[in-house]
Amino acid sequence: MTLDDYLQIGVTVTLGSHTFDPEAIKAFARKYDPQPFHVDEEAARNSVLGGLCASGWHTASAWMKCNLSARAPEGRWDGPGAEPQFGPSPGFRNLKWLKPVYAGETVTYTRTALGHRPLASRPGWRLLTLKAEGFDSTGDKVIEFDCAVLVKAQ
Amino acid sequence: MTGKRWAYEDFEEGASLDLGSKRVSAEEIVEFASEFDFQPMHLDEEAGRNSILGGLSASGWHTCAMFMRMLCDAFLLESTCQGAPGVDQVKWARPVLAGDTLTGRCTVLGKRLSRSRPQLGFVSLRAELFNQRGERVFELENTAMFLTRAGAGA
Repeated sequence: MTLDDYLQIGVTVTLGSHTFDPEAIKAFARKYDPQPFHVDEEAARNSVLGGLCASGWHTASAWMKCNLSARAPEGRWDGPGAEPQFGPSPGFRNLKWLKPVYAGETVTYTRTALGHRPLASRPGWRLLTLKAEGFDSTGDKVIEFDCAVLVKAQ
Repeated sequence: MTGKRWAYEDFEEGASLDLGSKRVSAEEIVEFASEFDFQPMHLDEEAGRNSILGGLSASGWHTCAMFMRMLCDAFLLESTCQGAPGVDQVKWARPVLAGDTLTGRCTVLGKRLSRSRPQLGFVSLRAELFNQRGERVFELENTAMFLTRAGAGA
C-alpha cells in the first residue's frame, strides 16, 4: 500500500449523512449564530430565507463529523514505516453555502483528496489538500470548500 | 427591519469594528468536539499536550462558531444582514487553548451596491481573533450582504 492508496488520492468518498432536526438547528444557533432565521420558525418564515435553516457553520461542522467517522480505521496501513497520523488543519478556502439547509433536511457529505506535499516547516509532516462537498436530499449541492490537513507520514 | 443600527451605509471602507472578548473554557471545547470533531487533542488535556497543538485545543470549526457568536454580538444582530454566500478563506493560525481569552476585530475591506438589487449591498470584511498574548489565532475573509437604509425601511 502506498501513501496515495491510504489517503485515497483522486477518489471521491461518500462520508455519510447528517439530518438537521429543527431542535438541533436552534440549539446550535442559540450558542453560536443566533440570527432570527436560525433560532425562530416564525421569524424565519418572514425572512429572506423563507423558513428555519441551519447556520452555515452547523452545515460545515457536520461535514467534519462525517469526515472523521469515515477516516481509515487504525491498522489499515500495511506500507513501510509507521501508520500515517492525521494532525490539525491550517484552514480552508472558497467555502460556498450554495443553498439553505432547511429544518428536516438530510445532507450527504463527500471528500475528495487531491494531493499532498512535504511541509518544509515541519519535517516528517505532509500537507494533504481536500475538496469537501455536501448534497441535500434532492441531490443539490448545499456546501463546498477546499481544505487541508497535516499528515505525519514518511 | 427599520431601526437597526447597522445598514449598508454604516460600513466605511477601512473602518475597524471591535468584536469584544470571549473566554474559552475546557468544557465548551470538549462539548463541541464531542459532537463534531472528536479527535483526541480536542477531547483530552493530556492528548492535547502530546499533540503538536500543545494543549487541549478548540476544533477549528468551534473557533469559527465562536467567531460567529462574537460577530453576532458585536454588530450583526443589530444589522440589516441578509446572510453571506460563503467565506473566501479562514486561517487557523495558532491553536486556541482551554483558558484562552480571545479578542477580535473586523475590518471593512470594501463595499459595493448590487447592480440587480440597488437596495442591497456587498460588504467585504476581514476578521481577526487574538489570544491574551496578542498572537493572531484566526483570520477570516468574506463578503456579506446588507440592506441599505431604504431597503430595510421598504
